[in-house]
Amino acid sequence: MQGNDDMNQMKTADAAVPEEARGLDIHAHADVSNYETTGDPLLDNPKMSARNVNVYYGEKHAIMDVSLDIGGNEVIAMIGPSGCGKSTFLRCLNRMNDTIPICRVKGDIQLDGEDIYHSRQDTVLLRARVGMVFQKPNPFPKSIYENVAYGPRIHGLAHNKIEMDEIVENSLRRASLWEEVKDVLDKPGTGLSGGQQQRLCIARAIAVSPEVILMDEPCSALDPIATARIEELIDELKERFTIAIVTHSMQQAARVSQRTAYFHLGKLIEVGQTKQIFTNPQHELTENYITGRFG
Amino acid sequence: MQTSTVILVLFALCCVSFAVGRFRSRAVGQQAGGIHLLHSLPHHYGYLSAMIAALPALLVLLVWMLLEGRFIEGRVIAGLPADVQALSESRLGLYYNQIIAYAAGGIDASTLSEPQLAAAEQYNALKSESGWLKLALVVVVAVTGSLLVLGRIKPDLRARNHVENIWTWMLFGCSFIAVLTTLGIVLSVLFEAVRFFRLIPATDFLFGLQWSPQIAIRADQVGASGSFGFIPLLVGTLLISFVAMLIAVPVGLMSAIYLSEYASKQFRAITKPILEILAGVPTVVYGFFAALTVAPFIRELGESLGLTVASESALAAGLVMGIMIIPFVMSLSDDIINAVPDSMREASLGLGATMNETIRKVLIPAALPGIVGGILLAVSRAIGETMIVVMAAGLSAKLTVNPLEAVTTITVQIVTLLVGDQEFDSPKTLAAFALGLVLFFVTLLLNVVALYVVRRYREQYE
Repeated sequence: MQGNDDMNQMKTADAAVPEEARGLDIHAHADVSNYETTGDPLLDNPKMSARNVNVYYGEKHAIMDVSLDIGGNEVIAMIGPSGCGKSTFLRCLNRMNDTIPICRVKGDIQLDGEDIYHSRQDTVLLRARVGMVFQKPNPFPKSIYENVAYGPRIHGLAHNKIEMDEIVENSLRRASLWEEVKDVLDKPGTGLSGGQQQRLCIARAIAVSPEVILMDEPCSALDPIATARIEELIDELKERFTIAIVTHSMQQAARVSQRTAYFHLGKLIEVGQTKQIFTNPQHELTENYITGRFG
Repeated sequence: MQTSTVILVLFALCCVSFAVGRFRSRAVGQQAGGIHLLHSLPHHYGYLSAMIAALPALLVLLVWMLLEGRFIEGRVIAGLPADVQALSESRLGLYYNQIIAYAAGGIDASTLSEPQLAAAEQYNALKSESGWLKLALVVVVAVTGSLLVLGRIKPDLRARNHVENIWTWMLFGCSFIAVLTTLGIVLSVLFEAVRFFRLIPATDFLFGLQWSPQIAIRADQVGASGSFGFIPLLVGTLLISFVAMLIAVPVGLMSAIYLSEYASKQFRAITKPILEILAGVPTVVYGFFAALTVAPFIRELGESLGLTVASESALAAGLVMGIMIIPFVMSLSDDIINAVPDSMREASLGLGATMNETIRKVLIPAALPGIVGGILLAVSRAIGETMIVVMAAGLSAKLTVNPLEAVTTITVQIVTLLVGDQEFDSPKTLAAFALGLVLFFVTLLLNVVALYVVRRYREQYE
């Protein structure tokens, strides 16, 4: 179940973790579909599906038996108090957790019915299909053009300069950044404002034409106006992409998402239509969080 | 009265001044209605009075010590017989040196004349008088300074700010000393080099292709013509440094990448110190490693391939120098690559780049300024390195770029020119200073070039 490509490890080889400790046969847990999640975590015909996912950081059990489906062209928001495991779960979806040596992922995660933790799964292709936008804007210290062209270049998506120009322009347009930067494409991306940098990172992610975009608190380092622009952008992007967004802001979840998943202490407590979660939560913990009794 | 005693006394005065300052500020505070009414904490007042006591006194001491010798010399010489005073300057200097040597107990009285003995006595008397005066002056200055501060301690005296200011100036003074020293070294080399260029035209030195600094002492000796063209030395230096960098940069950089990106924590914790031991091996050890092991090995290898290799070759010296430099390049590059934020790695990996692509396209460009800086430091080391080349590269100043032949370097020639008994005004000896000056400028030029490269190509991450 568990691929272990040497190219996807950031700091050190986690080959020391035994195979059997990482992979887990889904069929052993076939009967426990979602024994404690309230609402409807499962969908018909999902884009991505996670079943009985457990994540450990060393001894710490960070995610407990989470099963959740993500539908095509929907925006799903993951909310919950700090340390609840929502970011960790998000990072499982494109195997970014592989870069953390002590992290072990058990369970089954599929993209279009294919097991992404299969040993034959190529993380390079996976991450091209499941892109990611991080909490802090992290443009490369290269020009704006080169930032966007980086992904297409390593995946060989453009055959000549004209095609590359086209990809860059389209990506920047879709990230609604084109009008602001079209005359300064050769200026460093790090010179943009925080909100522009984050839109550049979104442009960079969509330049490789992913199917799913994971956003890990994409607005937490931005001011309210930049946040509003990103939220508008997310709304436009859902026409073409499936988006999973982790956020600390409940208003943001309510504004941008169709479905909302509430995590608490590593468990997926409740999943439902966003409207229903915010107006009529079923679980007591969800209600407490929504109404601001903790968080 | 020894200067060290004076400094000890001054230190004691400072301690007392500190204690009194602190005590008095407390008393003043209490009187005004509580310590909290003081602008600064009591120990700030203490520091202020100690500093005001010490710094001017130290300055006075310094000036006194600089002028003392000259003043005493003038007094002693004025007391000498007229015929002695009429001597030429250098003879008089010699005469006076004998007096000082006797006064210090270095030589015995039998070699000295009557007036010298009398002068020595006068010298000693003056010296001891000066010592007491010095002590008195320092104590007076210190106590005055201290009293001045103590008298002004009031709740609104901003002692903390004054202490900060004085402290800043002290730090400035220390950094200024470093700058002054550099300037002093450059100037001393420069003046000697100018003396050399008076004897040998600068054009001969800078563009000459012949280096044979032997100058005949008598006219009938063979090889009487000294020629001072430094081009062969420069080429030899650059050739050996080039070979060294050819080894050190790839090996150092790649091991740095492995250590920072791929190696496990334990492996890194063990390997890095071991590699850094390489930097601690004395260069003389590398020297005989090069001369006794590497050079013969290269010669045999060359012979088996049908090449003629000199027993002391630029290749052997360069190879060993490269090994010596590896830890510099590695350690510096490793630190720099590690300093690139993880968010850069995540961004690249998140787009589906492999580790290798991430390193080549993101990490190295981001770390480039630091890496170039590290390499530059290594080049400066290579150019300035002496021991390895003295032992392994040879002395023959041949103008060649063939690394299999023996060449010599600027540093080796400086050593050979200055080792042994030398006259300090022959062109042969002065040539060493000219070489030193050139070495200085070559390194400076490299720094400027590297600075330009770094500015031009740096990718600054936030």
